[in-house]
Amino acid sequence: MSGLSGLFGLTGLTGLAVPMSAAAAGPASPADMFAARMQMGFSLGWHIVLACLGVGMPALLLFTEWRALRTGDDEYLRLVHRWAKAVGVLFAVGAVSGTILSFEMGLLWPGLMGVYGEVIGLPFALEGNAFFLEAIFIGVYLYAWGRLSPRLHLLTGVPVLVAGVASAFFVVTANAWMNQPVGFTLEGGRIRDVDPWRAMMNPATPPQTLHMIIAAFMVTGFTVASVYAVALLRGRRDRYHRLGFAIPFALGAVFAPIQIVVGDYAARFLAEYQPVKLAAMEGVFRTRSHAPLSLGGVAVNEEMRYAVEIPSGLSLLVGNSPSTVVRGLDTVPVADRPPVTTVHLAFDTMVAVGFFLLLLSAWFAVAWWRHRDLPRSPWFLRLAAISGVAAAAAVESGWIVTEVGRQPWTVYGRLRTVDAVNPVPGLWAGFVVVLLVYAVLTVATVYVLRRMARASRTPEAAGEETHAPQEPEEPAQGATPATGDRG
Amino acid sequence: MDLVQAMLVVLWVGVTLYALLAGADFGGGVLDLLAGRARAGMPQRRLIEHTIGPVWEANHVWLIFVLVVLWTGFPPTFAAVMSTLYIPLTLVALGIIARGAAFAFRKASTELWQQRLFGAAFAFSSVLTPFFLGTVAGGIASGRVPPGLGAGDIMASWVNPTSMLGGVLAIGVCVYLAAVYLCDDARRAGLPDLAEGFRRRALVTGLAVGAVALVGIAVLHWDAPRLFDGLIHRALPLVAGSAVLGLVSLVLLWLRRFLLVRVTAALAVTAVLWGWPVAQYPAMLPPGLTVYQAAATRSVLGATLLVLAVGALLVLPSMAWLLLLQRRTPYDTGSHG
Ligand code: HDD
Ligand code: HEM
Ligand code: HEM
Repeated sequence: MSGLSGLFGLTGLTGLAVPMSAAAAGPASPADMFAARMQMGFSLGWHIVLACLGVGMPALLLFTEWRALRTGDDEYLRLVHRWAKAVGVLFAVGAVSGTILSFEMGLLWPGLMGVYGEVIGLPFALEGNAFFLEAIFIGVYLYAWGRLSPRLHLLTGVPVLVAGVASAFFVVTANAWMNQPVGFTLEGGRIRDVDPWRAMMNPATPPQTLHMIIAAFMVTGFTVASVYAVALLRGRRDRYHRLGFAIPFALGAVFAPIQIVVGDYAARFLAEYQPVKLAAMEGVFRTRSHAPLSLGGVAVNEEMRYAVEIPSGLSLLVGNSPSTVVRGLDTVPVADRPPVTTVHLAFDTMVAVGFFLLLLSAWFAVAWWRHRDLPRSPWFLRLAAISGVAAAAAVESGWIVTEVGRQPWTVYGRLRTVDAVNPVPGLWAGFVVVLLVYAVLTVATVYVLRRMARASRTPEAAGEETHAPQEPEEPAQGATPATGDRG
Repeated sequence: MDLVQAMLVVLWVGVTLYALLAGADFGGGVLDLLAGRARAGMPQRRLIEHTIGPVWEANHVWLIFVLVVLWTGFPPTFAAVMSTLYIPLTLVALGIIARGAAFAFRKASTELWQQRLFGAAFAFSSVLTPFFLGTVAGGIASGRVPPGLGAGDIMASWVNPTSMLGGVLAIGVCVYLAAVYLCDDARRAGLPDLAEGFRRRALVTGLAVGAVALVGIAVLHWDAPRLFDGLIHRALPLVAGSAVLGLVSLVLLWLRRFLLVRVTAALAVTAVLWGWPVAQYPAMLPPGLTVYQAAATRSVLGATLLVLAVGALLVLPSMAWLLLLQRRTPYDTGSHG
């Protein structure tokens, strides 16, 4: 195995690809195949961060606006206004990056969509409805501020939240189906007897959707809190910044413990339904009892090297007993195994972040319980300042586990990735262009968000469309000079 | 009407709404490009932004709707079109990113150079995206996309006379719709001078689109004879209707009946759009693949149509409310963009 292609399990592809693809344009070259997978992974990985914020931000907005209405406290309103402006930009970027994915499903994986498009069509149709509602009500929410009564305005945020959660649910059911393809029969290359509802409610749907939706709230909570953690560290310790930290951090902290339980559920699910993926996650090459839990390490010549092993750990986790037999990679031919090191390290990263966020949340909870305030140690804020990036890294790693761990299948046990890919030449060129465009997009998004944060600290630049006549002017934050960071 | 036809109609309703709503948003971008230098063009740009701002994302969802209905209802068609027309569709996708993001960024930025930069990205992608979408339509309509994965010629399928005609017409129609809608919007915003400017643009583009369409008849006759044949037989009423409505719209524009011309212009575009499938039915990827060969199984069609119908009960009233709010939003002549 060499370099990147080894990491992503591409070895042997050349041999496989030639006899398998019967398309007129000839099979995709290994370079094109690799580019297609990287492009899909890259653009999904990009979108998922925005998608998490798209699911989570409405919850923050609604809660804070509700508090503002209840208490009449201006600080809450200022937070809502500032977050709402950021949401306007994030939502637009999230929507366009999601649209690209719908294109890529066909541009990159026509072999999947041409046959199975109809089986996973239903959740996407449902998701389409959710998108419409989301886009419509976000339009109302952002633009009709001050033209609706405060109560009605708050209510227009509810469909945004519901539709965001629903769209995350629907799209993940489609991915769950790729892991557990049920609800159809295949005859001569065409689909027969489709039960689209059963396909949508496949066995992988409960663990995956639950895990993903919780992840979205965690990413949102910790990311927004990170921004205010930086501001607090720089000495802006007024009530506004503390609220801006505490509300989102509490959102993340509530879900952190739940997520560990759900992650455990997801892993047990795999032990039963996708044992090969679980074996790759833990580098179990031979079926055995007393299977250890490996922390870190790389796979070399069918064994794990440099890993810290917890004896019988995996057997205990999967079956509550050291004698539980864990199925290994040897249950399938070499050609059907996912790349072990990538999947294993991604899994470890996710779990490590999970526990890191759990401890941080516990710290916060204890301090709050004892003296109704944030922990006093600057170390808490320093760690909180990286919690957003950490949560996003957990999501990315989780998806690498799910998607790379499914290889070499696009539809588990049914359709190989080599047969799903678009056979036209030159996909790699498209990948290069996409990378460039995303690089510019990333820079511009970050730049604009930072400028917005800075501008809204000076009173004259306060946005007009989120300003209702009956609402208070944003008080100037005179004391702090406008140095780069947001907050 | 059976399930397959119903799905086809739903698909085409989506295409129509995308063209009428998002098309005008694209046209707004082109007009933004033509609005002139930064200071002189400011009032026009502000009005364009004011009218597009709250609705473009909802309008944009129609494209996603079309993609999803296509891959759910007619999976082999989706696979064939996406794989063969990989190049123009990738460019469309990139154009969509550039446009949506730049529009949001421009709105959020305060300095002139930023507004210019994002404005330029917004405007250029507004020209390129409809163009490439038009070439895609031309490639399919002229029978250059065979069924199968990447089975067609990846260049000739979109670099050909019918595709070029499709691309140019798409830009023209977008600009025309935008100019027509903006006449009415400008008048309601109390900006009669701007309304006059847009009226001039609407008249010019209306005439230009008409001229291109006339030339297009010759192009189709020579490059896409099967489509041509359908257009002058089964689809003739639609084609003729579109021509008449187009002329009526020009007269209404001349008479400054701006609200009425919104309707007639939209109807004229709708008639042309429906002319295409009517002309080639039952072929979906002409000449070979028919709608019935491409269609998904009945259970999928049934479930999808049901879901979309129920969804429409929620979506359509909400959308009407959004449009109403947008129309009622007072136009604010302050300096902040
Ligand atoms: C904040 C994010 C986050 C955190 C803290 C965790 N996860 Fe996770 N995990 C995800 C975010 C995520 C994810 C990105 O949302 C994935 C990708 C696919 C999915 O359904 O969820 C995922 C996938 C995923 C899978 C693969 C599911 C499949 O392929 O069907 C397993 C087995 C776990 N996770 C297990 C865990 C465990 C045991 C964790 C705790 C210690 C954990 N996750 C923490
Ligand atoms: C949003 C979070 C997701 C992320 C980050 C993600 C990540 C990835 C990655 C990294 C790959 C490349 C795998 C490889 O190396 O071969 C991939 C492939 C793919 N994913 Fe996902 N995925 C996500 C969700 C989904 C969903 C919801 C679908 C739904 C239908 C999906 C469909 C695909 C397809 C079709 C491929 C290509 C075929 C393959 O390599 O298996 N993904 N994804
Ligand atoms: C786990 C994975 C995913 C989640 C949780 C998710 C969630 C979301 C959310 C909440 C939005 C709207 C909010 C925003 O724009 O910020 C969105 C937008 C979008 N997503 Fe995703 N998404 C995921 C993966 C995908 C995949 C795999 C596809 C396509 C195949 C996709 C297609 C889209 C589209 C087309 C939009 C734009 C909709 C609009 O205009 O409002 N998403 N996604």
